[in-house]
Amino acid sequence: MGFKSLFSSKKMLALSAAFLLFGTNVLMAQDAATGAAADAAKPNVWLGAAYYVLLFVIVCFVVGIVGKILRVYDLTQQIQNKKAINWDNVMGALCLIFLIVGGYGAYWSLTVQGSMILPVSASEHGVKIDEMFWTTTVLTLIVFVITQILLFTFLFRYRYNAKRRAHFLPHDNTIEKVWTIAPAIVLTILVIFGFFTWQKITNSTDAKGEHSLNIDITGHQFAWELRYPGADDKLGKTNYKLVSGVNKVGVDFKDKSAYDDLQVDTMYLPVGKTVRLNIHAQDVIHSVYMPHFRVQLNAVPGLPTYFKFKPTMTTAAMRREVGDPAFEYLVYCNKICGGAHYNMKKVVRVVEETEYQAWLAQQKPYLTDQIKKDLKYAVVKPAETQNRLALNN
Amino acid sequence: MSTLAVQDHGAVHHGEDHGHHHHDTFLTKYIFSQDHKMIAKQFLVTGITMAFIAMILSILFRIQLAYPDKAFPLMETLLGRFAPGGRLDSNFYLALVTIHGTIMVFFVLTAGLSGTFSNLLIPLQLGARDMASPFMNMLSYWFFFAASVVMLSSFLVQKGPASGGWTIYPPLSALPKAMPGSGMGMTLWLISMVLFIASSLMGAINYVSTVLNMRTKGMDLWKMPLTIWAFFLTAILGILAFPVLVAGVVLLIFDRSFGTSFYLSEIVIGGSSVQPFEGGSPILFQHLFWFLGHPEVYIVIMPAMGISSEVMSVNSRKPIFGYHAMVYSLIGITVLSFIVWGHHMFVTGMNPFLGGVFMITTLIIAVPSAVKTFNWLATLWRGNIRFTAAMLFAIGMVSFFISGGLTGIFLGNAALDINLHDTYFVVAHFHLVMGSAAIFGMLAGVYHWFPKMYGRVMNEKLGYLHFWLTFIGAYLVFFPMHFMGLGGVPRRYYAFTEFVEWNKWLSVNVFITWAAIMAAVAQVAFAVNFIYSIFWGKRATQNPWQANTLEWTAPVEHVHGNWYGEIPTVYRWPYDYSKPGAEEDYIPQTVPLSQTMSSNVQHDFEDNPAGLDAYAKFTAAKKSSEEVK
Repeated sequence: MGFKSLFSSKKMLALSAAFLLFGTNVLMAQDAATGAAADAAKPNVWLGAAYYVLLFVIVCFVVGIVGKILRVYDLTQQIQNKKAINWDNVMGALCLIFLIVGGYGAYWSLTVQGSMILPVSASEHGVKIDEMFWTTTVLTLIVFVITQILLFTFLFRYRYNAKRRAHFLPHDNTIEKVWTIAPAIVLTILVIFGFFTWQKITNSTDAKGEHSLNIDITGHQFAWELRYPGADDKLGKTNYKLVSGVNKVGVDFKDKSAYDDLQVDTMYLPVGKTVRLNIHAQDVIHSVYMPHFRVQLNAVPGLPTYFKFKPTMTTAAMRREVGDPAFEYLVYCNKICGGAHYNMKKVVRVVEETEYQAWLAQQKPYLTDQIKKDLKYAVVKPAETQNRLALNN
Repeated sequence: MSTLAVQDHGAVHHGEDHGHHHHDTFLTKYIFSQDHKMIAKQFLVTGITMAFIAMILSILFRIQLAYPDKAFPLMETLLGRFAPGGRLDSNFYLALVTIHGTIMVFFVLTAGLSGTFSNLLIPLQLGARDMASPFMNMLSYWFFFAASVVMLSSFLVQKGPASGGWTIYPPLSALPKAMPGSGMGMTLWLISMVLFIASSLMGAINYVSTVLNMRTKGMDLWKMPLTIWAFFLTAILGILAFPVLVAGVVLLIFDRSFGTSFYLSEIVIGGSSVQPFEGGSPILFQHLFWFLGHPEVYIVIMPAMGISSEVMSVNSRKPIFGYHAMVYSLIGITVLSFIVWGHHMFVTGMNPFLGGVFMITTLIIAVPSAVKTFNWLATLWRGNIRFTAAMLFAIGMVSFFISGGLTGIFLGNAALDINLHDTYFVVAHFHLVMGSAAIFGMLAGVYHWFPKMYGRVMNEKLGYLHFWLTFIGAYLVFFPMHFMGLGGVPRRYYAFTEFVEWNKWLSVNVFITWAAIMAAVAQVAFAVNFIYSIFWGKRATQNPWQANTLEWTAPVEHVHGNWYGEIPTVYRWPYDYSKPGAEEDYIPQTVPLSQTMSSNVQHDFEDNPAGLDAYAKFTAAKKSSEEVK
């Protein structure tokens, strides 16, 4: 082996040591050059890490020593013609211990951390999702517990024994059919229920006579913009080419129903009324995520989508439910969208109808004075840009 | 199945004196080697190196998640502008997440796993002198190596590596202004990926042609070990799926560099800068990406399944239960994996009806997976289980596959996915089912076939330590994450401190980070064991695990062409362990049935009428002799 001689060669060792030393020297020199401030911080910097490295080295030594002790013990036993450590037994026992301790750990995690998960659904369709969730959880937990118990008890029960021979069992068609068909049936049931739940949630065009509150939510880096319909209950059209610092979502004021649209800061929702969120994005993909309502849908540039849901619990009710007087429903962004992705939130408040109306009355129209002033240009501008594009082509 | 009569290839000139008339220089032996065993080792060492790098990246961002408000001056010393003031930059955090995912999925679990074991085992277990095209095999490694170098070099560019997540969804990845990582870093990512796919395709074409054409005499498809079945089907998946990713990536390159708008439409950057893109669809990229992306997770897990099946059978001293069912379930997974990609896109705004269809196909794929799990359990039942390090890792793989697979039933359900999509529940799910499970399959393979690769065995005790620390560590890391996901905590968040209601998860995050550090430190035990054993490990015997498959009939020292003299002929399936009536508890594939009359069963002669006649005569004679007694 060429490598072996390479490694054991003293020259190489010396060379690498020299290289390392030289390397550190160069690094240090660079550091020194970067300034006195860095120098002052340096001892602290390495001290903490050195402490952990030392700890690690000690652990390595302990492991090494324990390893050697075991080896010596093993050899002395062999010399004395006694039985050496039976590692198969040790590992078998460890498997059993893992099963018991791990089982307890899983139980602890399920009860302690499991109690920290989302509270009851605050929307109508969410209740159905939660039912689906708990059914699936019970079924999968049963399978989880049984299979893991079988796995680790088999390991313990059938650990190696020189006197025994394994049972030659290449196949058994009956049992194989059983455990193909059984999961197939269970999954079919889950699929059917899941399919219908999904259809009900997403197939949500307004039924006759049904009316839902239309709200536009637009994601951009790194905030959500909200637009409510005004008195006419209709949202005006938008055009991304009209987006500017003033007209944030690019409302097209050629459409008269846009005149009374409202620009709002907090998403107020009347309880018990169907809401249709019209979801838009301007720059990259975002995702409207409202976990308490079991609502999530991506906001895709160029592909407007919508999600319909009916909030059933007011913010006040949810505050009582979770026992936190400061609780707020939030919209998060749940699709990676850049550096500040982690902080793209909007407060949602579900309130009674009367409170909602009172709040709505105070909201400012989207058509601000500034836009009014700019409007003349804004109407002409897009035509201009189009012309220029055409010329370029 | 007919073989293209290559089994005698080289029998004449690859004679006894083989290895003497080849004078390898260092360059042709270690660097530009065309020998499949050396290429396997190259893939393994590169894969392990990449795994360690990606693991360190994960520890860096785990520290950020556990201590979002704390400054670590050392980080600034090490990472410079990426960690100003000792705190990770939020863009660099995303870069870490992205590169961790990319390296682990593609460079470690695809190339490192398939590349190593397909290369090592396909010729050795099938009885071939080498791969169908050794030269292409060498190119495959060097493209992979180049891809690795390019990927890592993106840490050296000014604005840092690609950081749009390993799925690089446009427009985020297409617009250099959208984030720093979408500049030069993303370009390097795309170049690296094109190189990687080229490597992967050359490898896969080689594997498929070797399996189909170069099996030794008697090795029909139904006598192949499950490892080979797994590698074979994985390679087919790769050949069919990876080109689609190339298409997706090339279109993205066009969008980025040549002003097209395949994926871009109606875009305004920075609230006022209207972009001239029209008519594209970001969803198109997701379709193209996941058309590869979903088969990709099976490309990752199927070799691990094959390796675990083989290792568990050998060390339980029992035939794998339901060999045919195992193969058919692998085939089922292969076929189904092409029609489930939409389950990654339930909430993209894709037509809901399509979502419903993908939900059905997704949950169907759970059936073959369940069959495999039950068959593994049945293999252990009444076995005689030897706890080698490889066996422990194979068992760990099964345990992870169960735990992670079950949560897939939640995520495959479109209705439940609404609230779980892109949360920590997903992170927990795929890290268990394809991350941990696949890496455990890979480690099982390393411990098991180390003697075949290096002629020495790894230290078992250190292997035990490595296994338990990693196994427990992985569960401690990923089990609590499920609950964070159920608590509505999104993934890829730089810090949770901006949200008061998530303060309760901070202690969980600290716990997970320390568990991850423990598991990472445990890998030192592996690294030491691996390197030490290569040079100074205990010398291996020819068949250290008393296994049946062909690779253990090859000499311990590596020879070009694998076997001195003729390639052994195969007479039986690879799983005759503990057969009643046999002397030993294993019968290698090279032992003819005529030599094991006392242990034969009628089943052995299913498609062999002459053999069945002989067997009937033998049993009749035995009966009559018993009557005489």
